[in-house]
Amino acid sequence: MLDPERIKNTATKLSFEDIQTKKVLSFKYKPNLKYAWDNGVAIGRYLAELKNGRIIGKRCNSCKRILVPPRLFCELCWRPTDEWEYLKDTGTILTFVVSHVNWDASRVKPGQRYHTPAVIELDGAGKDQGILHLINEIEPYDIRIGMRVQAVWKPPEERIGAITDIKYFKVIGG
Amino acid sequence: MGLRRVAIVGAGITKFYRYTQETPKELAYEAAKMALDSCGMTLKDIDCVVLGSAPDAFDGVHMKGEYLLDGAGGYKKPYMRHFVGGGTGVLSPIHGWFHVASGMFDTCLVVAEEKMSSAFPHPAGAFLTIFDHTTEQPLFPTLIWIFAIEMHRFMHRHGYTKEQIAQVAVKNKKNAIDHPSAQLPGEITVQDVLNSEVMAYPVNRLDISPTSDGAAAIVLAAEHVARRVTEKPVWIDGVGYCLDTAYWCNRDLYYPDYLEVAARNAYQMAGIKEPSKEIHVAEPYDPFTYKELHHMEGLMLCRRGESVKLLLDGVTQRDGNLPCSPSGGLLGVGNPIAAAGLMKIIEIFLQLRGEAGKRQVPGKPTCGLAQAWGDLMQVGTVVVMRI
Amino acid sequence: MALVERLQVTTQVGYWCGEIPLEYIYTYGRAGEAFYRTLIEKEKILGAYCPQCDAIFVPASIFCERCFERIEGNYRELEPVGIVETFTVLYKNIDGTLKEKPELIAMINIKGAVGGLLHYLKEVDPKDVKIGMQVKAVFKPKDQREGGLKDISHFKPL
Repeated sequence: MLDPERIKNTATKLSFEDIQTKKVLSFKYKPNLKYAWDNGVAIGRYLAELKNGRIIGKRCNSCKRILVPPRLFCELCWRPTDEWEYLKDTGTILTFVVSHVNWDASRVKPGQRYHTPAVIELDGAGKDQGILHLINEIEPYDIRIGMRVQAVWKPPEERIGAITDIKYFKVIGG
Repeated sequence: MGLRRVAIVGAGITKFYRYTQETPKELAYEAAKMALDSCGMTLKDIDCVVLGSAPDAFDGVHMKGEYLLDGAGGYKKPYMRHFVGGGTGVLSPIHGWFHVASGMFDTCLVVAEEKMSSAFPHPAGAFLTIFDHTTEQPLFPTLIWIFAIEMHRFMHRHGYTKEQIAQVAVKNKKNAIDHPSAQLPGEITVQDVLNSEVMAYPVNRLDISPTSDGAAAIVLAAEHVARRVTEKPVWIDGVGYCLDTAYWCNRDLYYPDYLEVAARNAYQMAGIKEPSKEIHVAEPYDPFTYKELHHMEGLMLCRRGESVKLLLDGVTQRDGNLPCSPSGGLLGVGNPIAAAGLMKIIEIFLQLRGEAGKRQVPGKPTCGLAQAWGDLMQVGTVVVMRI
Repeated sequence: MALVERLQVTTQVGYWCGEIPLEYIYTYGRAGEAFYRTLIEKEKILGAYCPQCDAIFVPASIFCERCFERIEGNYRELEPVGIVETFTVLYKNIDGTLKEKPELIAMINIKGAVGGLLHYLKEVDPKDVKIGMQVKAVFKPKDQREGGLKDISHFKPL
């Protein structure tokens, strides 16, 4: 029922060079999309504690998870969360990636380290409760799921209250 | 339930390319007009229009639904836009189905369009902002990371290997040779996939579907109209959609629970008790090779941990017992985000009518399923169709 | 149950800054390409004629949005003249700062067509502008035309 001839005529194939060489006309525009996202109560505390070199979560007494990043309500139990609780900065690698590409799809240059993000289950938070962060101080392809890791923090004077106050997680023995 | 029967009566789809000259409106028009022509209807016969299109950030056009309206046939009509990431393409017929099944409208034109090529340096950059802006974005994540993360977890829990998973790309790209819209059809081998550039271990370049521009459209009609318009209406017998939390680090990624919920809803509506036997042909969403397997398990077309066995035994080939992605899927045909899912719906529509040409699976299938998935690994949308 | 925690000290209010770091290159499409090339090469406005609706639509399009018929190729070259359907005077820039001189923007219905263009009005005092006034386009010199709406520098009274 699909007519291949008709389908062929629906779209005109271009290449990036066609646009660069003005074989087809185009209009370039960079929108001014800048944001200042309000932290709110929960993330505000999370970032403030990161500045102090600590990871904090919030407990939900119904499902017994310690939510990290902390939230004022538990999305599974649909109720406000309970006590604030500090978490250790150690955990286990649940899964990881060795990325040869950057955020804009450009390739990591030769000599630069590949990106190694991982989902790290923080000790005490609960099963599968992880955060996204980077792994370092290990060859990318030597990383294994299940390795134990610990946060490496920036020195206190360089911390600003951001997730990057933790430079990365490094693999520890045991 | 008090809802009317709704059928798909017409379909249209454009060619998928990496860069097209056409504006999003023109792409949407080509698909919508083709869909109307395929069942002999005009825009006057259409009561309402629904449109699915991925974030405005790809096209750089804010309020894209309204922008695309004229190209989608929405001029002076009731019109709605919906979006759930990659799941949009299968949510589109569900959205249209509500309009007709409720009794409010007799016909609905469903359009899905995507022009990803306008974004520079690369549309993948737009995905930087789907992550949490405060706790994840400063690490400069990319979408490929989370796919690779999910794939790695999936492989780890089931013990699957890259060699096994690569067979999905081999199968789908070969199937796509027979699809007129296909962007990247071809005969490749498992070794080609393993040798292709590593994007983010364990994902190689040939494990990924391409970025594309394209559009697709279908026409939905209530029973009394459908029977007048065509001899072979394809009934939408079951729909399901379900989302999971955006806190994607707080769950085990190896199994898509949300997809199982959506699938159960769709099967219950359609009266299906044993999906692996009662579904004759399936189009699970395959933006990455492992996703087809991940979704086969989530759709309960096989038991957890069994999807690779079905793949290796040839069960999911076109001449197998449960053909999956006979169209060539996203890996072979292309991935314009919203239109890709609708392409899968159109494939099942054609397969059930026996009009899929060289892609036709043998055995006169009467029940098929199409599924899409998306967002931050959050949404499963499922549609079960029968002829 | 309501969320009861609140920040008690204003200095605790924080925010995180970021941006969506994308830029866009828009192609004009099949009809748009013809429209802008006609502007550059012939200094005419390209419209498309729909026989069913008996109307010429500007800018040219491959389809008629009203009856959904394909009108690709039914192009008509129109003189770049029209009437002011509506207009306004702008005093501020997009970032809120004051413009040096107020600017006139008008919706100009191109003669012979349904629809028109949004463009600047110059060589006229804002207080002399009337709805229904006839205007014509002033083009940039040919070697400065890039393929965009600004290839018309502005419209001025006839």
